[in-house]
Amino acid sequence: MNAIDSYITPDGRTIGAPVMEMKNITLRFGGVVAIKDISFDIREGEIRAIIGPNGAGKSSMLNVMNGFYHPQEGEVHFRGEKRGPMRPHQIAHQGIARTFQNIALFKGMSTLDNIMTGRLTHMKTGMFSQIKWWGAAQREEVENRELVEKIIDFLEIQTIRKTPVGRLPYGLQKRVELGRALAAEPKLLLLDEPMAGMNVEEKEDMSRFILDVNDEFGTTIALIEHDMGVVMDIADRVVVMDYGKKIGDGTPEEVRTNQDVIDAYLGVAHD
Amino acid sequence: MSANFYFGVEVFLNGLMAGVMYSLVALGFVLIFKASGIFNYAQGVMALFAALTLVGFQNGQIPFAHLINAIFGTDLHHFGWHMPAFLAILCALGVMILFAFIVERYILKHLVNQEPIILFMATIGLAYFMEGLGDLMWGSDIKKLDVGIPQGGNIWLEEKTAFLGGEDFYGFYLDNLDIWATVLAAILVTSLVLFSQYTKTGRALRAVADDHQAALSVGISLRTIWVIVWSIAGFVALVAGIMWGSKSGVQFSLSLIALKALPVLMLGGFTSIPGAIIGGLIIGVGEKMFEFLIGAPFLGGATENWFAYMLALLFLVFRPQGLFGEKIIERV
Repeated sequence: MNAIDSYITPDGRTIGAPVMEMKNITLRFGGVVAIKDISFDIREGEIRAIIGPNGAGKSSMLNVMNGFYHPQEGEVHFRGEKRGPMRPHQIAHQGIARTFQNIALFKGMSTLDNIMTGRLTHMKTGMFSQIKWWGAAQREEVENRELVEKIIDFLEIQTIRKTPVGRLPYGLQKRVELGRALAAEPKLLLLDEPMAGMNVEEKEDMSRFILDVNDEFGTTIALIEHDMGVVMDIADRVVVMDYGKKIGDGTPEEVRTNQDVIDAYLGVAHD
Repeated sequence: MSANFYFGVEVFLNGLMAGVMYSLVALGFVLIFKASGIFNYAQGVMALFAALTLVGFQNGQIPFAHLINAIFGTDLHHFGWHMPAFLAILCALGVMILFAFIVERYILKHLVNQEPIILFMATIGLAYFMEGLGDLMWGSDIKKLDVGIPQGGNIWLEEKTAFLGGEDFYGFYLDNLDIWATVLAAILVTSLVLFSQYTKTGRALRAVADDHQAALSVGISLRTIWVIVWSIAGFVALVAGIMWGSKSGVQFSLSLIALKALPVLMLGGFTSIPGAIIGGLIIGVGEKMFEFLIGAPFLGGATENWFAYMLALLFLVFRPQGLFGEKIIERV
């Protein structure tokens, strides 16, 4: 599959060239190996899932992708170029947005302000024009506000626009966090367990939003998920990790029938 | 109404204005604490340093003159002309911004993700360093600061209000400097609030105060934000330094105003800008009214020195997060 430039999904979407390639990534914390020699790619327009049991290294992998962790070995290629040593905020400016497993919203700020922070990478006015406010800064604020309002409509959170997010229920907070990531118009969207801790109804809502984001904006998405059922429904391709190693990679169908994957999930003893 | 009642009102008003001066200092603490979780012990010394720099520029002193003379055997003192107040303030502000860059580059950058106590210790070191640096740059003699803010009692107000009380009452005595301080503080706080609510940098500042990781993930550079926050804190220190320096001269004891900010913070909460303002006002009014109503008549006076700390102690017992601080919830 890696040899070809593009492929067509069963539902008829065309998946393009790789946006991000992870090449032989190894990540260690002291003596503990969190990720061991893992390679895979994420292609333009696809929904790519990373699954695995607890402690498999999924979140570490996501943290490598957005620059919170720096792997000891291996290369990350983003949009065809090898990524040098970069800080997380610079990577955000390159067009990678993310959400967090334990919601990381700005709790004291309103829904609107939270999503507006997602626009920061697109706002360019300098300090002085901001202090002056009238003119460039105000114009920029209005322009970006329009896009943010579209995202708010899209995620159906109009009624909580002005509410401080700390007061919102869990499911809505997850949705606001998705909105903040979307506001950046990312080239690659990373979702860390977007459905963790949700009830069935909330999970269905979130799945629908993820599919819609991918469909309407053409956003490339990489997501980590625990719930196998959900992943098999929405992902185009799946990477399976266990104990820091890659044990499976392919379409949901291929992964489902992979013996190593079945063993990992059913808990066969490791030698 | 008896004259005594109007004396009470006058004490109340003076308390409010003294409170504004406390708030100015407390504000600098809150800004830095919110954005980086650092309790900046050096805030008081920053006010002293800013005031020293301002006076130095105004008097046309050459920085490090004593040091240069001692090394090279020269006899330098002044560069010949007295800077106008406005220009000197701008230059002092420039120095405080430069200082913010240096603090970030040489201290904060190396202490990211350390325990709060370690950062606190670093700011103690910073405080002593700046104290020495201030003396070395501008000399340690007591200086007079005058940037053109009128001082002394406000005659107009006194005459206009003299009719209120009986024969014993001569009108409200309010110091012009205090009135100016109040007006300036109000402008300062309003613009800070507007800036943080309605600009993208303000939004980024609030974001960093709430969650570092999330802030990074939306492309906010923590280091840039820290420089901005320390610059703003330096600016607030400069304003506090001007006010306190005009009032009581620029000397080492100016740095001790930080001690008065502590009870203000305990009342208002370490994380709330409105808290710093209201805490300052409560302390200012509280200590003046306590002295007037209870201290002077019954306790032999001099209660102003300890009243604020007693009040803070009560707050620590009954409401440790302060009036507006974030509630500390520990999950077990």
